[in-house]
Amino acid sequence: MGCVEALNYEVLLRNCSFREYRDYIRKNCRESHDVMPGYKIFDLALIGVPPIPIGVDGDYVIFPYTKPCHGTFVLKVEGKEEISRLRSGK
Amino acid sequence: MLPPVRYHTVIKNMSESEGEGLIVLGCPEAPAQVSLAIHLAHGLRKEGKTPVITGNPSARALVAMADPEGRYVGEMIDLDRCIEAMAAKERDFAVSFVLIHVESGVSFAGTISAISGGSVVAVVFGKDAKDLSSLIDFPCKKAVVGTVHKAGLLKAAIAEVTGWDA
Repeated sequence: MGCVEALNYEVLLRNCSFREYRDYIRKNCRESHDVMPGYKIFDLALIGVPPIPIGVDGDYVIFPYTKPCHGTFVLKVEGKEEISRLRSGK
Repeated sequence: MLPPVRYHTVIKNMSESEGEGLIVLGCPEAPAQVSLAIHLAHGLRKEGKTPVITGNPSARALVAMADPEGRYVGEMIDLDRCIEAMAAKERDFAVSFVLIHVESGVSFAGTISAISGGSVVAVVFGKDAKDLSSLIDFPCKKAVVGTVHKAGLLKAAIAEVTGWDA
């Protein structure tokens, strides 16, 4: 199980709804990949209402991170391996 | 001093989970959540299912405080580990109740609906219940009640979808 605090992340959006982050990622990322809830990125299982978009911006991935009390954040984290995995559909 | 929260391994044989019901706690700031969790655990036990609770540490600790000897709750597991185990198909539940009183709860219900082969019941309560319920566009049953303090209405909403006595 991963820990988000172990990542060097930038917060792009905070306290957003799942509809807001879907729109944000699709509008602001030229490349995005839809995944299902439970998809693991940086060893974190994603929470959300399907489909969950993950954006790609250069060497960075943009993805939602949801906690019960703090809502959803959109995070930007460098991750070439994660991008390769997204593109391969695994 | 609070009683220790009971932790058990998440990994179980799938067949062991057929008689289990999951209760997914949301943000612990809604006092009614503990009553709902105990009520659901009681109902699951009456159906012959072992209730399993998941949630963040604060939410689990509040339930453990209300049920210190585990008379209602069978097991408590970490929320992240529970989601991971279900997504990896290492564990599943015959039925999952997801307690929702803020928007993030809808996301957790959507997740459980996508990764579980069992039935899912979204228990949406509180002043924003109708708006939150309208966000649910994935397969699940819904118990929707716009109150946080009227036990009769909360029980009736659950009874309507479960068939349990209100």
